[in-house]
Amino acid sequence: MDTSLYVAMSGAKQVLVSQAVNSHNLSNANTTGFKADLSQFRSMPVYGPGLPSHVYSMAERPGIDFDLGSVQQTGRDLDVSISNEGWISVQAKDGSEAYTRAGDLRVTPEGLLTTGTGLPVLGGGGVVSIPESEKIEIGTDGTISIIPLGDNASTLTAIDRIKLVQPELKDIVKGQDGLFRMKDGTPALANAQVTLISGAIEGSNVSPVEAMVSMIELSRNFEMQVKMMKTITENETVSAKLMQIG
Amino acid sequence: MSTQALWISKTGLEAQQTRMAVISNNLANVNTNGYKKSRAIFEDLLYQNIRQVGSQSSQDTELPTGLQVGTGVRIVATEKNHTQGSIQQTGNSLDMAVTGRGFFQILRPNGDITYTRDGSFKLDSDGQLVTSGGYPLEPSITVPSDALSVTIGVDGTVSALQPGNATPSQIGNVTLADFINPTGLDPIGENQFRESLSSGSPIVGTPGESGLGQISEGALETSNVNVVEELVSMIETQRAYEMNSKSISTTDQMLQGLIQAL
Repeated sequence: MDTSLYVAMSGAKQVLVSQAVNSHNLSNANTTGFKADLSQFRSMPVYGPGLPSHVYSMAERPGIDFDLGSVQQTGRDLDVSISNEGWISVQAKDGSEAYTRAGDLRVTPEGLLTTGTGLPVLGGGGVVSIPESEKIEIGTDGTISIIPLGDNASTLTAIDRIKLVQPELKDIVKGQDGLFRMKDGTPALANAQVTLISGAIEGSNVSPVEAMVSMIELSRNFEMQVKMMKTITENETVSAKLMQIG
Repeated sequence: MSTQALWISKTGLEAQQTRMAVISNNLANVNTNGYKKSRAIFEDLLYQNIRQVGSQSSQDTELPTGLQVGTGVRIVATEKNHTQGSIQQTGNSLDMAVTGRGFFQILRPNGDITYTRDGSFKLDSDGQLVTSGGYPLEPSITVPSDALSVTIGVDGTVSALQPGNATPSQIGNVTLADFINPTGLDPIGENQFRESLSSGSPIVGTPGESGLGQISEGALETSNVNVVEELVSMIETQRAYEMNSKSISTTDQMLQGLIQAL
């Protein structure tokens, strides 16, 4: 059995994997604070008796596209977007500290400040909890100020400050839950240079144009691999005929 | 690989999208005082040298033209156009418009000086002249609380008439800052610009002297966006976008034909 059939098959299979990464990006074209996954192919030659003439392909995700997403003005007090570089610290579901760009914050009935997906935001000492208030304002350095319930506008008091970090991009990795963490697992230090814009959120950084063009190229690539498999099968059929007697 | 045409057209689409964003920003700010319109500038990307021009084709002859394939387009810069906007009379004695070169200086809370053409100033609770965002004018001018009226001269002299005096007394001077390269200023939003390496250092002076513009009191400089020009650019951008996506669909059909024919 000619092993070139397996090489063509590996090509087709890995194209499907890359197509899945692409679809994942495209389906998150509207997710707040989403960072697109990059996908690349790598050649894997097979070493054994003789020369490494069979080269399989493998699709992998070498990293994340850290480009900035578009800033959408919403006018909502609790929506924040980070201007340029920086991350908001949140507590992931497993209790560890993680980072995100999604700034669509809200206050739960228990008084916790959470992101739109329900993850508590971390402040100066643990999770941020907001007492009952009439108005909440988030300043450009992450300071949260409230007007307590029943008081008037001149009693705006600062109660906490969102932990904003700006680690090196090479030290951050995307986890299974879509949140970012430091590669060595230690929490990053708070950085006072990170500034927030209130009343706006950052959209996804997926470029629909690039995703569509990738999709076209990958699907043509897949068709070519299948065509290759078909040709190899025809070759096999003809060579089997050679063996037939009569 | 014939899919190169796909990626080249993709750069065209993305560049036109960014140009559309620049045009939309101009149109959104058509009523912003002191706004300067932006323009997207394109450049072609590097060329792949398949056959080098000028190389020897034989012992005595050389190639007159080479074979170079481009890789697309990108937006290299957005240039701010600092032409004068139109002057609109408001009658407000604290509104100032600069006719000519020069920027007002604004003091930010962290001590930085930023520059603006938006001259709609107000008084804060201490009588200090501040912008609509609350940032004080630099050098700071404080109007006495019992002043009956404030006058600002064309050379920036601010005088206030106080009760009991027949003539107004001078309370301060508005100075303007000019730059060698105003296009190099870094826009930071809130109608303000920040100094950058390419703009040069600010040259502060009295309005009307050494090339600086004069100050008109009771007037504001409106945005210099030309709506007709932006709409025509928008039509051009849309058609260029359509042409690039046509290029993508043609390449796609060529690939499809290749796979089906063989």
